[in-house]
Amino acid sequence: MIVQLKQVKFRWPGQTSDIIDIEKLNIASGEHLFVRGPSGSGKTTLLNLLAGIHLPTSGKVELLGTDLASLASNKRDQFRADHIGVVFQQFNLLPYLTTLENVVLSCAFSQRKNDNASKSSEIETQAKKLLKALNLNEKMHSSPVNKLSVGQQQRVAVARALIGAPEILIADEPTSALDAENRDRFLDLLFQQAKAQSCTLIFVSHDPQLAKRFERSIELTEKYNVESSES
Amino acid sequence: MNLLRLAFKSARFRRTSLLLTVVSIAISVTLLLGVNKVNKQAKSSLLNTVSETDLIVGARSGPTNLLLYSVFRIGNATNNVSWETYEDLADMDEVAWTVPISLGDSHKGFRVMGTTTDYFEYYRYGNKEQINFDEGDRFTEVYDTVIGADVAKKLGYKVGDKIILSHGLVSANFAEHDDKPFTVVGILNKTGTPIDQTVHVSLAGIEAIHIDWKDGARSSVPLNAEQALKFDLTPTSITAFMVGLENRAFTFRVQREINEYNNEPMSAIIPGATLAEFWKTISTIEQVLFVISGFVLISGLLGMLTTILSTLNERRREIAVLRAIGARAVHIIQLILLETLIVVIAGCFLGIAMIYGLLIVARPLIVDRLGVDLAFSWLDSEQLLIVGGVIIGAALVGLIPAVIAYRRSIQDGLALKV
Repeated sequence: MIVQLKQVKFRWPGQTSDIIDIEKLNIASGEHLFVRGPSGSGKTTLLNLLAGIHLPTSGKVELLGTDLASLASNKRDQFRADHIGVVFQQFNLLPYLTTLENVVLSCAFSQRKNDNASKSSEIETQAKKLLKALNLNEKMHSSPVNKLSVGQQQRVAVARALIGAPEILIADEPTSALDAENRDRFLDLLFQQAKAQSCTLIFVSHDPQLAKRFERSIELTEKYNVESSES
Repeated sequence: MNLLRLAFKSARFRRTSLLLTVVSIAISVTLLLGVNKVNKQAKSSLLNTVSETDLIVGARSGPTNLLLYSVFRIGNATNNVSWETYEDLADMDEVAWTVPISLGDSHKGFRVMGTTTDYFEYYRYGNKEQINFDEGDRFTEVYDTVIGADVAKKLGYKVGDKIILSHGLVSANFAEHDDKPFTVVGILNKTGTPIDQTVHVSLAGIEAIHIDWKDGARSSVPLNAEQALKFDLTPTSITAFMVGLENRAFTFRVQREINEYNNEPMSAIIPGATLAEFWKTISTIEQVLFVISGFVLISGLLGMLTTILSTLNERRREIAVLRAIGARAVHIIQLILLETLIVVIAGCFLGIAMIYGLLIVARPLIVDRLGVDLAFSWLDSEQLLIVGGVIIGAALVGLIPAVIAYRRSIQDGLALKV
């Protein structure tokens, strides 16, 4: 198991009830998991717990066999830099960098990603390869990111999250700003690249329609429990 | 990509708001350096006005007053020194040379000074520099005059021109010495001292134009220029005189002797000491200016703080993205601090560029209006210290937004505020 959550509860100081209450959640290596939750169900909190930004109030979050709570906060930051890629709903990219610079930036904070990306060739070559695989042509690589469409920007974000071969990719509503056609194409490319790198994908969305495209989907209900269902 | 490059690119992206901050920092740096520079130049140009003169002697008065009228041609002597007293004191064994000066007349706003050719021989300014001629030579005839560089430039005089002196310091038609015109025979090089604004004539010339004057008015029996020459033109009195001693060690003894002179109440001052004292009284103005510039700097730094704090809101998303990529909290602090440093260092460079630009543009104007020559010079250690202080101050101020950004980034986590 690459991700293991055991009796994880989370509440902000002063709150009377838990935002997150997960009895057990195991995610296997290479698995593509869909987490569905309406807004307010604690999706973002769950992502912050998985990324090691927040620690659970009680219970255990284990990634790659490491208990995140056992790491000091800067070690957790380093762990995230080394092993996790993140794609947000929108505005993933730094507007003052070019497409290529945005992708390469991931390696600036992680020696591991840096080493992985430069294993066979230079980092930039690797970044270009990823961008091309995500249907972003050479001309776009050096252009400022705000010249790109939203769909293109989201694909750049995927390239940035995947460079340096992190084990886990966390995507937070990455398709909510896309129309149906773009959304399907985006998902195709996302699955294809995640598979190519045998990366574990945790995909969070409020949209139940997407669930059918995943091997497994779970639901964050308003009762703050996880219900698991195979598809 | 390292953090510095990232900070640079990020700052460039928000350049419009940051540019205004850079300008406001630059203005305070310009002010601080400008006040410091003007102060130093004013001091050196003041202290350089007279050198190698051991004593200045005049009728009894306060030392500053004597200094002001004899060297700077500011104000008036309360009394004159009789010619007998001058000859008597000039005859002292310790005295190497004397230069008598006689003030009181003017020419179109410039002071006229009667003296002897010894003035050109012995008077020194700056770093023991002698007065040099740009054109022409010393006066030889009674109606000859040698004019300072500014007089020649402002009034457009050339050697050979005839000029009319005015009686007293205010030019008025009824008090012109128009019956005895003077011929310009020499024009002096620029010295950066009051010499540039002086019209020099011989003592005999001063005597000649006043020979038919009595109690400040023309006498009823006028004498023309030719007739005046037939009289004995040895003056009866002078305004003051400068003294060079055989040996500088005699200074205090001779000073005391002159101060205790029996026949006439006299004052002797050591120009260097009196100048230094005089500078002390006027340098308070400079201190006030420096304090004001300091406040301008503080307001500039507060402006920068406001700008950077307000951009933190726009940058929340940027910071969350960086955190998601794996930037640690310390990276966020560094990033904000680097931005502060970029802004302030750019401000300092712009400020320095502005002060030199100003120097080039305003130098002729300042020389013209104030008589202070702002010579071109690189920043000295004190001025570099000022610039360094500005940068350190800004770095300290920059800690505030850096810490705020750090704490927010911990709170926000990966939650992007759209």
